[in-house]
Amino acid sequence: MPAPIRLRELIRTIRTARTQAEEREMIQKECAAIRSSFREEDNTYRCRNVAKLLYMHMLGYPAHFGQLECLKLIASQKFTDKRIGYLGAMLLLDERQDVHLLMTNCIKNDLNHSTQFVQGLALCTLGCMGSSEMCRDLAGEVEKLLKTSNSYLRKKAALCAVHVIRKVPELMEMFLPATKNLLNEKNHGVLHTSVVLLTEMCERSPDMLAHFRKNEKLVPQLVRILKNLIMSGYSPEHDVSGISDPFLQVRILRLLRILGRNDDDSSEAMNDILAQVATNTETSKNVGNAILYETVLTIMDIKSESGLRVLAINILGRFLLNNDKNIRYVALTSLLKTVQTDHNAVQRHRSTIVDCLKDLDVSIKRRAMELSFALVNGNNIRGMMKELLYFLDSCEPEFKADCASGIFLAAEKYAPSKRWHIDTIMRVLTTAGSYVRDDAVPNLIQLITNSVEMHAYTVQRLYKAILGDYSQQPLVQVAAWCIGEYGDLLVSGQCEEEEPIQVTEDEVLDILESVLISNMSTSVTRGYALTAIMKLSTRFTCTVNRIKKVVSIYGSSIDVELQQRAVEYNALFKKYDHMRSALLERMPVMEKVTTNGPTEIVQTNGETEPAPLETKPPPSGPQPTSQANDLLDLLGGNDITPVIPTAPTSKPASAGGELLDLLGDINLTGAPATAPTPAPVPQISQPPFLLDGLSSQPLFNDIAAGIPSITAYSKNGLKIEFTFERSNTNPSVTVITIQASNSTELDMTDFVFQAAVPKTFQLQLLSPSSSIVPAFNTGTITQVIKVLNPQKQQLRMRIKLTYNHKGSAMQDLAEVNNFPPQSWQ
Amino acid sequence: MIKFFLMVNKQGQTRLSKYYEHVDINKRTLLETEVIKSCLSRSNEQCSFIEYKDFKLIYRQYAALFIVVGVNDTENEMAIYEFIHNFVEVLDEYFSRVSELDVSFSTTVLHSTRHRVKPEAEPIDELPKTCSAGEPQEACCLTDDSFRGSVSTPIC
Repeated sequence: MPAPIRLRELIRTIRTARTQAEEREMIQKECAAIRSSFREEDNTYRCRNVAKLLYMHMLGYPAHFGQLECLKLIASQKFTDKRIGYLGAMLLLDERQDVHLLMTNCIKNDLNHSTQFVQGLALCTLGCMGSSEMCRDLAGEVEKLLKTSNSYLRKKAALCAVHVIRKVPELMEMFLPATKNLLNEKNHGVLHTSVVLLTEMCERSPDMLAHFRKNEKLVPQLVRILKNLIMSGYSPEHDVSGISDPFLQVRILRLLRILGRNDDDSSEAMNDILAQVATNTETSKNVGNAILYETVLTIMDIKSESGLRVLAINILGRFLLNNDKNIRYVALTSLLKTVQTDHNAVQRHRSTIVDCLKDLDVSIKRRAMELSFALVNGNNIRGMMKELLYFLDSCEPEFKADCASGIFLAAEKYAPSKRWHIDTIMRVLTTAGSYVRDDAVPNLIQLITNSVEMHAYTVQRLYKAILGDYSQQPLVQVAAWCIGEYGDLLVSGQCEEEEPIQVTEDEVLDILESVLISNMSTSVTRGYALTAIMKLSTRFTCTVNRIKKVVSIYGSSIDVELQQRAVEYNALFKKYDHMRSALLERMPVMEKVTTNGPTEIVQTNGETEPAPLETKPPPSGPQPTSQANDLLDLLGGNDITPVIPTAPTSKPASAGGELLDLLGDINLTGAPATAPTPAPVPQISQPPFLLDGLSSQPLFNDIAAGIPSITAYSKNGLKIEFTFERSNTNPSVTVITIQASNSTELDMTDFVFQAAVPKTFQLQLLSPSSSIVPAFNTGTITQVIKVLNPQKQQLRMRIKLTYNHKGSAMQDLAEVNNFPPQSWQ
Repeated sequence: MIKFFLMVNKQGQTRLSKYYEHVDINKRTLLETEVIKSCLSRSNEQCSFIEYKDFKLIYRQYAALFIVVGVNDTENEMAIYEFIHNFVEVLDEYFSRVSELDVSFSTTVLHSTRHRVKPEAEPIDELPKTCSAGEPQEACCLTDDSFRGSVSTPIC
């Protein structure tokens, strides 16, 4: 058989291939030649063949039949063979193949070889693909090599040790004694790999970390090395664009970060050197910026003093102004990480960040957008929102969904006025309507119902918006719902905020019908539109017949959902006409839930189905021939359906739990005390387990019924007072209002109040007014607790308070026993 | 942690690839084409760091050759950027004015160099311009001129 071609020949041949098929052909031919050569057990050319095989493997062709050959090469005595063999082992073999264990003996012998290069090869391979069994067997050898004086071997052994530790963490202690002297080396290679080894050890095991901090005095050593690096003059061996060994500097900074995290002493020790690096490094080249970046990350992570932190943020600010995109990207990423902790400092750079929104680069835009959302607060909301809306207009589609959700969240938190809020949401819907998330629609509807005085304005604007274009589904859904609810306001032309427009009932119906007919409307949207038309039958006076006609047409629609609705509405017109006006009454104001996620909306009386806010089909929709009772049951069912706990998600309520049926007696549908009470309740007779007509009563029934208030807790400047009210309607319920005040000179933040009661009681915690107790008794946190005490037992309560005061987290447990008898008897 | 190291040319042909975590062989070509596509679609003014699935890609272009390094979140991107340049400078010294042709023909040498410069995804020993095991060690001074101009594209 002729001598197999050299690797270079092969590469040259493959390069001449013009198509993928030609290339494949050549490679297959060559593979066949290689395979027959392997079968012949030819020692001289094995090395060449394996090299070719590796090349083909890199191009993506299977090369598994070469694995054994690699082993044979490793076992050979020639250096060139060994070299290719080890390379092949690293590329082709890994833990999954059983063959790799055969290598263990070879590697062991080579680790003790006389030539350092062979030892180096073996270390390299072990460090690359050693499995845990191999590592266990050979760890001793590696450790021995870690102690030699040959720096070439030492650095390779250190890296191999890193791999061993990753695979077999229990062996970490074995390498500990060897690490003692590692940092005393002069050779930068050894220094670098030792720092890597130490980093790995510290990251893996907190014990090691503690050990290094205390016993080894690692931090001073590292500081010394770093100082030498910075102070030393030009050294040709280690210089990169004027900075001495930046890679080592970055590594050391990273290790310092790990050592200094959450540890005051270490952080103290490194404050100076960090300041020095930060100020002395040249920033004209990328190298300097890389080091500064690492320094900033370290400063942010350890317990550094505030001056240093300000320095770090200023460096980031300088990065932002730099022309180089890479640096800007890196600065934005780090600012995002630090914005939570150093909010004010980052605010100073707000205008630069907002400018980055207009950058061409996608990665930078994304970062700038996230950072802008983090920086929005009550003061800058108007300006920021303008920029963000402009961004929403012009950005790529992949951003629009995130941007829209972010805008909604920010608007909800910081809206200066209801009108502004509604305007902003309208703007989002019209610009990026199709990218808005599905849960935005119910949120929006809830918002609109809550702002009672804006109804006319809102419905007018929405009407105008969909007049022109009804393709954006979320917008159309909200508009349809609003028109259905407030159509009478629309046609009566009463709007204080804006010029009222003249709309007739027919025009409104026209638009709703076109939504129904349009091909662009999804079936959900059509459902909304049909329900809206139906609701208008009570609000409009002259067009009832038209509505009846429309509804009956859809009674035979192909879409099952629409058909069902239409048929039910038809039934309303025919058999239950007397109930129609009551059923289609205005929706009462919905309870606002202070969560950040999608809100669940309490379904109250008002509609025949829980649509449109839930998209699932109505529960057991009654057939037109069903009895009146079914309808009532449905209504009753509606009222009992999921009543959300009103406590915010961050507060687990007491052991009694946020019981839902507890409050069957108490008005849940009532808005928080500040909002106006809901619209009149329907006149149908209600089943006895429904709320006892409480919907129009305010939450706190007895003002000052004469129950004395008590001081439940008073310690460390924090005082909590309980005031009591008994419910008129249910004598077992006591409503306790707690007021927390703070007489120290510092605010208490993140204040969380939790309570537990004995098993015979049930407890519900409503959301507090805020989570900060201002100092010097300047304000209080108010929170309402409702306690159900059916057995009229003596009220007892255990309370738990957590808050942050003077920079440290405080927690306290207390028992409250001094409840006045009138509160529970 | 570096996940992979690739040298791919503009036509999508891989000149060098090293994966530090196991990736199936059929997935590799797919990964390489996708990566090169995202790098090619960037213009000169855009930054060199791309977010791709759950990695970050840091790339540098030298004439017709892209060197791409995939890392996870914990790496300092700018240090890796420097490292890529350093690697290319080592090659330059070894091949005296390296070109893509050199890169494509010397895969074994490249692997060895890469191991010297970065075994196990940790950059070490980059500065003395030492080359693959067995070759004489050469400590060279660095020159400061930008490397980009000196890479020549292959003739064909």
